[in-house]
This record gives sequence, structure tokens and C-alpha cells, in this order.
Amino acid sequence: MSIFEAKNITKKFGGLTAVNDLSFQVEQGEIFGIIGPNGSGKTTVFNMVSRFYPLTSGEIYFKDKRIDTLPAHKICKIGIGRTFQVVKPLRRMTVLENVMAGAFLRTGSIGKSRHKAEEIINFCNLDKYMHREAKGLPIPLRKRLEIARSLATEPELLLLDETCAGLNPKESEAAIELIRRIRDAGVTIIIIEHIMKVMMGISDRILAINFGKEIAMGKPQEVANHPEVIKAYLGDAYAKSN
Amino acid sequence: MLNKNILMTIAFALAAIILPVFIKAPYHMHILILIIIWAIIGTSWNLLSGYAGQVSFGHAAFFGVGAYSAGILTLHYSLSPWWGLLLGPVMSMLVALPIGAIAFRLRGPYFALATLALGEIFRLLFLNMTNFTAGAKGILIMPAITSKVFYYYAGLGMLALTLLATYMIVHSKIGYYLVSIREDQDAATSLGIPTTLYKNLALLPSAFFTGLAGAFYMNYVAFIDPNIVFSLTNISIMVILVVMLGGVATTWGPTIGAALYIIMGELFRTTLGPANVLMFGVLVCLIIMFLPNGIAGELDIFKRFRQRKKAGLSGGV
Repeated sequence: MSIFEAKNITKKFGGLTAVNDLSFQVEQGEIFGIIGPNGSGKTTVFNMVSRFYPLTSGEIYFKDKRIDTLPAHKICKIGIGRTFQVVKPLRRMTVLENVMAGAFLRTGSIGKSRHKAEEIINFCNLDKYMHREAKGLPIPLRKRLEIARSLATEPELLLLDETCAGLNPKESEAAIELIRRIRDAGVTIIIIEHIMKVMMGISDRILAINFGKEIAMGKPQEVANHPEVIKAYLGDAYAKSN
Repeated sequence: MLNKNILMTIAFALAAIILPVFIKAPYHMHILILIIIWAIIGTSWNLLSGYAGQVSFGHAAFFGVGAYSAGILTLHYSLSPWWGLLLGPVMSMLVALPIGAIAFRLRGPYFALATLALGEIFRLLFLNMTNFTAGAKGILIMPAITSKVFYYYAGLGMLALTLLATYMIVHSKIGYYLVSIREDQDAATSLGIPTTLYKNLALLPSAFFTGLAGAFYMNYVAFIDPNIVFSLTNISIMVILVVMLGGVATTWGPTIGAALYIIMGELFRTTLGPANVLMFGVLVCLIIMFLPNGIAGELDIFKRFRQRKKAGLSGGV
């Protein structure tokens, strides 16, 4: 059963079409990857789903309900969490307070929110930094905090925007391991990533886009070998020489 | 830790209650009452601008509306200005609703500029609606009670109420949401926080208690005119300095700031004459350079630093 569906979504910024008539479905429990070169419209797709941008045209469905007419803060309430590519920690709050701010979506009680936040912080291996202010954390931990905060809102679908960008291979591995555990806990995931190695290893299906348009979709291996994808990443000359 | 805080609070409250036994001179009592009024305004401003991060340069609007609510009841309806303590805060909240609706569409400096303009609009409005407000002539009332001790305790009660209400808001889900909005509005939205609603939940109590302070001011001082109670420099800007000095987004900061500010103001004026305003300029520079978190804020940081050292946790801040 598909939990999420985007139907012919388009986003225009003035004369620039950032996302052009894009359609895709995400199945319950899968990790769905979106790849594409810089400026191909990946993050714009996330901003459209999370209602930070209004759609120019098209429709978005979550659990068979249309959601592209909801206000931005309702998206989280119905079960779609997101992280930001450029991390947005609540800087002068501790890690615990950051995650509590997320947990308050489902409870009004300080005690319950704190309890929930502590569980999630442990799940994300951030327990050592529980009482550190977010502004003092290095990038890998900030990215992890971003995920933890979003998990605290109990999402059924999680949008991860370049969670591994800027991490070294060891940190990336830890992040991938965390993403797998989140999926195993029953959360469907859509992930944007630049690093092909990460995407190949983790995604069940991949959508490749360029200039806001779909160029390939399918199993990771199929997409990676697709001539259009090679062309988009490595240029016409390389694609022809192969 | 919690018990220590409660004990400290009780100690401060007791000290404030028995203070009039030792301080008898009317001038000194007057200073104490002014400190209380400023502590109330500061605490209110702190909720909206300190915790929720929506810096207001227009709190004079709420203060003035509170004061004029009390004054106009007496001027036009021959009612006791004490009814203003009920009407003033409600009127300030009513005024706050459209202000919120207009200004909360804006972020950061634009919000600050909008509130700045709104405060000035109210001053000009009250100056020129002479039939209703008596304009620049102001409103003079004959206070029924002249005992300064009475005003001291009445004010103290209102301050206690303001501090308690603010404390309860800040230490609830609302408080966490307000600080989240301050730290990053987009992140707050992504966590499902309806940001405009919560900004209003900070604005309304802030306006309520500022209006209360205004109505109390009318009763105590017995004379108001638009240039006093809607003053940009002497109300809107001054409250910012009071809270900056004491500590933004701290429970006791505004009260500490009010005490130091009023006392220093009096000292400067008596010793420096016309040059006293200059000292405030110097003071602002010193705060920004050496106490960017205010007195209460720096104390908090120092305490946390010591706790961490005691707990033996590794790693810097």
C-alpha cells in the first residue's frame, strides 16, 4: 500500500521551473531515495511536501488524504517529519530541550515529553550530550539532533535532507545505521542524498531527477546504470565514451 | 536545586514584605514603588521579547492604554480609577490583538519596526483625540489614598502575580514552544508548532500585565499625559534597557534590572545634573561589552559552569 503519493507536482519561481510535473509513490516501510545533481530540485520537493512552499500545481496525498492544502505546522501533526539540509538546531537550548520541543506535539505534560525525549536521545546515541547546548555541537551531532527532534514528533513518514553531507565515511556509516534502525522501527523514509554510495546501500527504490524532471526511477542498481543518470552526473562526453 | 530556588524566592518575598519597616522616608518609598512598576513592565516585556524573541519597541502602547483606561473612567464616568486595574489590562489585550495580527506577519527587525511605529501611533492618537483623552493637557485625578505604604504593598502583590504567571507560562509546554520559535521559526514550524498562535499566547499576557502596570501608575502618580505614558524613550526603550541589564529570558532579570536602573537613574540625576542621560549611553555600552546576558543571565551561566565542573563532565561548552 502506498503511504505517500505526489501527483504531477510543479513549482515555479517566477520564470524558473524548479520542479516540473513530478509524480511518485512511496510504499509503507520503504526507504525511498531522491538523487540528482546540484540545483535539480530535490530540496524544493521536500519544501513542497512540508508546505514551506505552496505548489504551483499538482496534488500531494498522505494516507489517501490530500495534504497540499494544509498549513505548514499541520503537516507534522498528521505524521510527516522533516530535517533540514542546512541544520536548524534550536541553538540556545540543550539537546534534551530540543528533542522535548518536538515531543510536545503529542503531549502537554513536561514529564511525559521529557521521558519521551530521553528515550529518543538514547535511541539516537546522543545520551552523552543530553545537557549540552545545541550551538556547541559539531556538525555530525547536529545532524543527528535534527533527526532526533523530528522523531520525537512520532512521524510515520520522515523526510531526511542530506543527512550524510559533510560527514566523513565513519560518521556516514553511523548515520546510515541510524536510518536503518528508524526504518526498522516502522517509519517510512524519503531521503535526499548526494553521496551515491550511501544511496545505493540504503535505498529500496531511487528516483533520479534533473532540472526538476524525473530521469529515472527504480532499484538502485538500475538507476545507477541508467544512461540519463550518468549523463546528468558526469556529462554528455562521459556518457558517450561508455 | 529546586528547593534552594524556592527558599531563595521566599527569602526575597519576606525581605520585600518587611522592607517598609526599615525604609520610612517618602522619597525612598517612591523609588521602591517605581522599581515595582518597572519590574512589572520588564517582566511582561521579557515574556514576549525575551522568551519568544519577538522584540517589541512599542510596549508604551500597552502601558499607556492601561493608564488611560483608568484615567478616562474617572474623567468621563466619575468612577474610581481603581476600576482601571480591571479595565486597563483587558483594554491592553484588546489593543494587542490587532497589533499581533498585523505585526506577527513580520519577522525579526521588521517586527520591531512595526511595533515601534504602533507605539508612536498611539501617542499621536491620544494627543489629538482631545475630546476623549484631554490631549496634551493630560488627566489629573485626586487620589483617594495617599499612603505610600499602601501603594507599595498593592504594587508588590501585582508584581508577585506577574512573576508567578510568567513563571508558569515559561515552565510549561508554551514556554518550550516560545523559546523554539525564538531560536528558529522554520524549525519550530517543522515540529508542528503553530507559530502565530503561540506568539499571540506570549503577546496577550505581556500586554495584560503591562496594562496593569499602566493602570496602577495612573492611580499612584495621579497625572498622565500622552507624552509621558506613550513615550518612546521613557517607556518603550527604557523597558528594553531594564531587561537587558537584568537578564533577558530569565525569571528575576527584569526585577533586578528595574531595581538597579531606577536607583542608578536617581543617583546619576542627583550627582551629574543635566549630564545624567549620558551615563545611560555609557551603561548600554558596558552591558553589551561585559554583560551581554545581563546580570541574572551571567549568574546562570556561571552556576551551570560550576555544576558541570563539579559533575566532572568532559568537553567544553
